[in-house]
Amino acid sequence: MDKYVQVENVRMVFNTRKGPFVALRDINMNIAQGEFIALIGHSGCGKSTLLNLVAGLTLPSDGTMLCAGREIAGPGPERGVVFQNHSLLPWLTCFENVYLAVERVFGQAESKATLKKRTHEALALVGLTHAEHKHPHEISGGMKQRVGIARALSMQPKVLLLDEPFGALDALTRAHLQDELMKITAETHSTVVMVTHDVDEAVLLSDRIVMMTNGPAATIGEVLRVDLPRPRDRLALANDARYHEYRGAVLDFLYRRQMRPAA
Amino acid sequence: MSAVTFVKGREDMETKEQTTPAAAVAPRPQLKPAQPESAPARPRAWPGMAVRAALPTLLGLAVFMGIWALISQTSPQLPGPLKTWASAQELFSDPFYNKGPNDQGIGWNILASLQRVAIGFGMAAALGIPLGFMIGRFKFLSAMVSPIVSLLRPVSPLAWLPIGLLVFKAANPAAIWVIFISAIWPMIINTAVGVNRIPQDYMNVAKVLNLSEWKIFTKILFPAVLPYMMTGIRLSIGVAWLVIVAAEMLTGGVGIGFWVWDEWNNLNVEHIIIAIFIVGIVGLLLEQVLVLVAKRFSYE
Repeated sequence: MDKYVQVENVRMVFNTRKGPFVALRDINMNIAQGEFIALIGHSGCGKSTLLNLVAGLTLPSDGTMLCAGREIAGPGPERGVVFQNHSLLPWLTCFENVYLAVERVFGQAESKATLKKRTHEALALVGLTHAEHKHPHEISGGMKQRVGIARALSMQPKVLLLDEPFGALDALTRAHLQDELMKITAETHSTVVMVTHDVDEAVLLSDRIVMMTNGPAATIGEVLRVDLPRPRDRLALANDARYHEYRGAVLDFLYRRQMRPAA
Repeated sequence: MSAVTFVKGREDMETKEQTTPAAAVAPRPQLKPAQPESAPARPRAWPGMAVRAALPTLLGLAVFMGIWALISQTSPQLPGPLKTWASAQELFSDPFYNKGPNDQGIGWNILASLQRVAIGFGMAAALGIPLGFMIGRFKFLSAMVSPIVSLLRPVSPLAWLPIGLLVFKAANPAAIWVIFISAIWPMIINTAVGVNRIPQDYMNVAKVLNLSEWKIFTKILFPAVLPYMMTGIRLSIGVAWLVIVAAEMLTGGVGIGFWVWDEWNNLNVEHIIIAIFIVGIVGLLLEQVLVLVAKRFSYE
C-alpha cells in the first residue's frame, strides 16, 4: 500500500472578489499506509488548504484525490481531523464530545455499552480518563487538544489529519503532546498527515517532510525523507548529527530558498 | 434586514453576560493563591461590604422619594409618597375580591394581564423561533421574509389593534394579537442572527463527523443559538409587557392597563401611581426570571 493516499495534479482556485486566486497548483503526493507526513511552509502557503482537501472539507478545482483507492468526494470517518483550535463543542463534556463521533461511526452496528467503552478507551489513550466529565472550558488548552485527538482517534480513522494541532500550546505542553502522539501512532500504526510550521516538530515526528513553496500558486518544493530510527527520543536526538542535518535542510529551504514574504 | 436590531440585541446580550455570568463564575475557586489571605478577612468585611453596596441604591431611592414629595407639595392633585403608600396598603389588603367584571381586586387585574402576555408571547415564540431558525439556515427563505420583517417591525404595536378587533370581533383576542405581533420580531431576528453566527469550526466538526441533520440540530445548532434565542425572548417579553398596558387601556375588560384607565376615570391618582410601580416591578421580575433561565443555559 505505497499509495494509500494519492494526490495527483491537484489545483485549488478560490473565487474571490478580486477574481480567481490560485492557492495551490501541481500538487502531486503519495502517502503510504502507516507513514507520518509533515506539511511545512510559511503561513499562507496553502498547507492547511491541502489538508482540508485531503479531509474533504473542500474539493479541488482540478486534479484527482484518492484515499484507499476511492475518490475523496467529501469528509468521511476514515479520515479523522484534529483542528488547530480544538473545535470541541463547549456545551458537551469531553466524554460527550468524543461519544458524538463514536456514535456516528459505530452507532449502527454496536450496543450503547460498546460505544461507551470505545469512548472511554479513546480518552484513556490520551490520558484524560480523569477529565471525562468536565466541559471544555474547565480544562487546559493542552487537554482540549488531547480531547480533539481522542475524538479523531475514536473513529478509528485510516488517516489522521492534524492541522497545526499544537500551534496554540506552550512549548512544554507541546513537547509532551508530541511525545504522546508518537506513542499513539506507534501503537495504532496510523497514517498521519500533519500541518506544522515548527521545524523541530516536523523532523521529530515525521517520516517525510513535504516542504511547500510560498503562495500564491504554491506547490510542493521539496520532499525530505527523515531516516531516523523509531522510537525517537527528543533528548537523544538533540545530540544526533543526522537530526541536525535534517533540521538544517528544512531551515535552509524555508529561510534561504523560500524567503519569508514581507508580512 | 437585521443589522440594526442585531447590533442592539447583541449589545444587550453582551452587557448582560458581562454583568451576570461574571458574578456567577466568580465564586469558582480560580484565585487559589489569593484565598488563604482573603478568607479570614472576608467575614469581617462582609457586613461593611453589603452596606457599601446598598448605599447608592438606598440614596437614589431616597432622593427619588424626596423629589416626588416636593413635587406633590407644589401640585395638590398629585399624591405624595406617604399618601400613596397608605392607599397601596389598603389596596393590597384584599387583592382578590370580585364584584363583577368591572370591579375586581388588583391581583386579578395583574393576573389577567400576565395571562394575555403569556398567551400572546407563547404563540409568538412557537411561531417566531422556528421561523428564525429557518431564516437563518436557508438563504432563499431569508431573502423572502427579510423585507417583510423590516417593513413590519418598526410599526407601533397599537396600530395592529384595529386589525385585531376587526378580525377577532372581540377585545380580548385583539389584545393578545397585539402582544403576539409585537413580541414576534425580536425572536425571529435574534434566532436568525444566532444561526448565522454559528462559528464555522462547529460546522466543520459536523462535516468531518458526517453528522445527520437531526444531530446537527440537537447537538450544534440549537445549543449554539440558545444564547441568542434567550436574548430574543427577553426582548420580546419586555416589549409584550410594555404593550399590554396600552392595549388594555383601549380594549377594556380586566387587566392592569384597563385598571389604570378606570382609576383615571375615577380620578383616583394614588392608584395610578401604584399601577405604575406594579407594572415596573412585574416587568423587572419577568426580566430577572429570564436572566436566571438564560444563565442556566449559558455554557461558557
